[in-house]
Parts: sequence; structure tokens; C-alpha cells
Amino acid sequence: MTITINGQPYDLPTDARVSLLDFMRERLDLFGTKKGCNQGACGACTVLIDGERVLACLALAAQYDGRSVTTIEGLADGEDLHPLQALFVKHDGLQCGYCTPGQIMSAIALSNEFSRGAPSSVTTDLDVPATPNREEIRERMSGNLCRCGAHNGMIEAITSYLSEHS
Amino acid sequence: MTPFDYARARSEQDAVARVKDAGTKYLGAGTNLVDLMREGVEVPSRLVDVTRLSSRIEPTDGGGLLIGAAASNTAVAEDAAVRARYPALARAILSGASAQIRNMATVGGNILQRTRCTYFLDVEGARCNKRQPGQGCDALEGFNRGHGVLGVSPACIATHPSDMCVALAAFDAVVHIAGANGRRHVPLVDLHRLPGDTPHLETVLELGELITAVELPSQTITARSTYRKVRDRASYAFALVSVAAALEVAEGRIADVRIALGGVAPKPWRAREAEATLIGAVPGQSAFVAAAELALAGARTRPGNAFKPELARRTIVAVLSDLAGAGQ
Repeated sequence: MTITINGQPYDLPTDARVSLLDFMRERLDLFGTKKGCNQGACGACTVLIDGERVLACLALAAQYDGRSVTTIEGLADGEDLHPLQALFVKHDGLQCGYCTPGQIMSAIALSNEFSRGAPSSVTTDLDVPATPNREEIRERMSGNLCRCGAHNGMIEAITSYLSEHS
Repeated sequence: MTPFDYARARSEQDAVARVKDAGTKYLGAGTNLVDLMREGVEVPSRLVDVTRLSSRIEPTDGGGLLIGAAASNTAVAEDAAVRARYPALARAILSGASAQIRNMATVGGNILQRTRCTYFLDVEGARCNKRQPGQGCDALEGFNRGHGVLGVSPACIATHPSDMCVALAAFDAVVHIAGANGRRHVPLVDLHRLPGDTPHLETVLELGELITAVELPSQTITARSTYRKVRDRASYAFALVSVAAALEVAEGRIADVRIALGGVAPKPWRAREAEATLIGAVPGQSAFVAAAELALAGARTRPGNAFKPELARRTIVAVLSDLAGAGQ
């Protein structure tokens, strides 16, 4: 049983209790993905599996045999930050930085969701692709908490990213 | 977490055959079960992963929809037919959890998720009749702001936390089940049990029975439906009260109506008496208020949740008024 993380194949743990989050942090030394609440409430452990955002803390690694994971470590090209990472810096979308990897992975998936016309609970008309305005972004980022209160900078960074990349 | 065996089911028959005893549990994406295992609320000896079984969403011969139990919550909410013909279902799902959790969580897992009663989750510190039959219930005299007011018992006042199921209840959804003795169909509203004095028995499923799909019957009224969720913050919180409703008006009279409630009961709660009183009535405030009164007539509150019947009545009236207004 193998899993691909940021393009690299790895053998999955034999102990089915190991979450994808613990597998990456404790066995692969991939510390970019953070452990916040470890119970699916904070979003700090958000990663992409086959392009969709999920919570690595609630994912038992064994269930993701054959799947492809992207973490915050998989975004930058050498020293060149991913455009969304650069925009988080530019707009002060972080303070302590602990929730930031999860916020950025979540926002990348959010961009793809807008692109395919996915609705949210604040979308007025389910038949029309949602407009990426502030209300929509706030709703769609609600699964990622920030105890520092850097949300406003993040929303500016995400708004800027969406206008340039969608 | 206590060690357990893990196996991935290759088919529905394979899944059912792997269940040997009550220590075996089916595993969806684990968004609830993994957390319960960490807390020691669930201690299975074996998990049978059913996430790679059918996730198809396909039309039925009768013009309805059949949704595979392994379909993600996101897949259902984004499905074009669901959005167009069952909008309350799309809205209910989108109002629940977060995008990350909806991407993981399956339809079958959503239906069988456990209550979020904090006393149920507190293995070390609280008494709970659902977790430990006969132990007592600390929610009765505790912090019970989120607890139920309809269908509750002196043994348990916990609510079923699903949003999706409220819309399924309104739409007469039918749960497809496979077991060692064959297949059967159970209406969603009859799948969950009321607590009575056995709150640990939550559904009518027998040992080893697997939810394989949910069927939405074809009904024209479902296209004129919506879902409203009232909660302590604007997003990513469980419902204090929620209402799924559909309304069909013909020649100035209510021809058909569906009302289901969430956040107030141990199971997805269909308000059939309220529906019955509305048939033939002129749509408007007085009819809606009378129906809402009927829907909450049996409410039994605790000090912490005494606000819920009035909140539920007002939400019912607001949702029906919106639907009546949109139909004109």
C-alpha cells in the first residue's frame, strides 16, 4: 500500500490507527501541515487529496492507499513562493503562522471550487456559478480558524489571488 | 486509540460478510468515528472501510435519484439534479460542517453520525445513558442549550446533528440496506429510533446491516424547497434549530407542503400534523403560525433550551413565508 505525497511515493503505515497527519509529521518529517485541535474543528491540518481539501487529522492514512496528497511543502518552486503564499505575505495574512499552511491549502482548493461553479450556503441562486465576493470567501474559509485574528488580511490575499488566477 | 483490524470492503456482499460481531463497525471517511475512537466513546475491534463502494448518483426508473452511500456530501450538494430538483438538500448539506469535512464525509456516515451532546462525548467526566445504559444523564441538569425538545425522554435529550437528514426527511427519502438476510428499504424517518428508556439503540439497523444508498422519490414539490439553519455563529456550527420545507400553491390554496425540523429532536423530525393542517389553507401568516404551533405542541424543554420551541416556530413561519413569496 502506497501513498504519493508532493510527488513522492511512500509506503503506508501498517498500523491502521495512524492518521495521515501523524504519518506525515512523525514518520516522514513533513512538519508543514500543523496539528491544531486533532478533532476536525480548526482546519490547521488541511491538505489536498487528489486536489480536494480534507482534514489530515481525521483521515486514517490506510484509507488513502493509491491517492495523491499535496501539502504546503509541495507549493513553492524552490525559493519561489506559490503566488498565494506571496500574497499572504504581502497582505499580512498571518501573525503567529500556525494556521497558515492550512489556510493556504484551503484557499487553493477554494479557488478550484469557484472555477467549477460549486455553490456555498450563502450562494443565492444554486443554478448560477457563485461570484467570489467577500461574503462567499468568508463562508468558504470558515473551516479554518485563526486565533490571532488575521482573517482580514487572508481574505484580501485570497481576493487578490482569485482576481488574478481565475 | 485501542488497536483494531482494518479491512477494505470490495463489494457490499464482502462488507456484510466481514461483520462477525458487535465489535465490527463500518468506516466511512471517519470524520465522526475516528474522533469518537480517540475519545474512547467508540472502541471497535475491527473496521470495515466502505468508502470505495458505490458513490454513484443516478436517476431511478421512477424519475427519482439514487445516491450511493459512499458519495461525498460535496458530491451530492454539487450534483446538478440535486441543485435543480431538491434544492433544500443541497442547501442543508452546504450549511453543515466545513468544506474540508463535506469533501470527506459520506452520505451513509452522515446518516449514522452520533450526537454531539458533550456529556455523551465526555467518557471520563459525565454520565450518559446512551454511552452506558442505565448510568444516568448529566445533560438533564447540565448545559443543555443545544439539546432536544421533541421526541426526547427522561433518559436522553440528545439531538441528531445532521442537516442533510432533515432535508431527506422532508423529501420522503428511502434508505437502501443490505444485510446477511438480504436487502430491504426503510423510510429515512423510520431509520432512527426515539430514545425512550433505551437511548443506546439509535436505529432499526440489525447487526451487520449496511446502508448502501439513499433514494429520493420523484415529487414535483421538492423543486420548490429550501433549508434554513439557525445557529450561534454564521458558519461552521451545529443547528440550534433548522427547517427544511417545500410548498406548492395552486389557485390560492396550499396544495402540498413538507416540513421537517433539525436541531430539536433525537432524529430527523417530520412535522406531519403541521403539514396536514396546511393542506387547502390560504398561504399566509395565520395559517403558518397555526401550523408552527402544531409542530411544536409536544415540546418538552429544559432550562437551557426553553427558547427552542419559539425559535423553531418562528423559523417555520419564516421559511414558509419565503417559499410562499417566491411562488407568487
